Amino acid sequence: MKTRIPILKLNDVLIVSIQWELDDQTAIQFQEDLLTKMHETSALGVVIDLTPIDFIDSFIAKVLGDVINMTGLMGAKVVITGIQPAVAITLIELGIRMENVMTALDLENGLDKLYKELEA
Amino acid sequence: MSYRSSVEIYTEWDIVAARQLGRNEAKKTGFGTVDQARITTAISELARNIYLYAGKGKIEIERISENGAFGIKIIASDEGPGISDLRKVMEDGYSTSGGLGAGMPGVKRLMDEFKVVSEPGVGTTITAKKWLH
Repeated sequence: MKTRIPILKLNDVLIVSIQWELDDQTAIQFQEDLLTKMHETSALGVVIDLTPIDFIDSFIAKVLGDVINMTGLMGAKVVITGIQPAVAITLIELGIRMENVMTALDLENGLDKLYKELEA
Repeated sequence: MSYRSSVEIYTEWDIVAARQLGRNEAKKTGFGTVDQARITTAISELARNIYLYAGKGKIEIERISENGAFGIKIIASDEGPGISDLRKVMEDGYSTSGGLGAGMPGVKRLMDEFKVVSEPGVGTTITAKKWLH
């Protein structure tokens, strides 16, 4: 049983909406899928939307942090959007600081931020 | 009045099952979304520790009441190698598995009460409680 997170392409940008609770395998598969898709499409930026996600544990946080660093190595920028209040609170209490990560309230703001960053 | 349910932890999928059970029990107890997230995250960390370090074990979740207060108790137990240096394990950033080292100190901060009993070669039992305020 393998579920995969869909990755959509919009011009130079990839858009990912994580719609359900991530298990370990899906998270690791996503890492690989996103980097492969970036390579294939020469995308300059990625927006990862987490609006439906109601908790993030240290494993998922590590996978997300790693994927952001990996994407950076390949020359693209990432914006994380839609982190719920409960998720923000538990992440900080867990002791996880998503430093140097671009974030925005929602997908719309995230895309704006990403385009501005890419033009700069 | 107590009601206990449990999930045996053998595979990564059991981690998902344990936290889903935890979230449902937290909801039934009357916890709001932030506390539900705290409890779900704590269970995920404890279940993953069992999977990573002991191979197998058990997560038990119990709705509790004490002196008119209601809450939830999580018991994570295994018969794994035990924790040889408890002080180090509770330090932020300490990990022997390449993780973030956020699990144990994080669970302590997420929950109201936290107790570890561990004996090298025998196993580990972690009890954590969260009270409805």
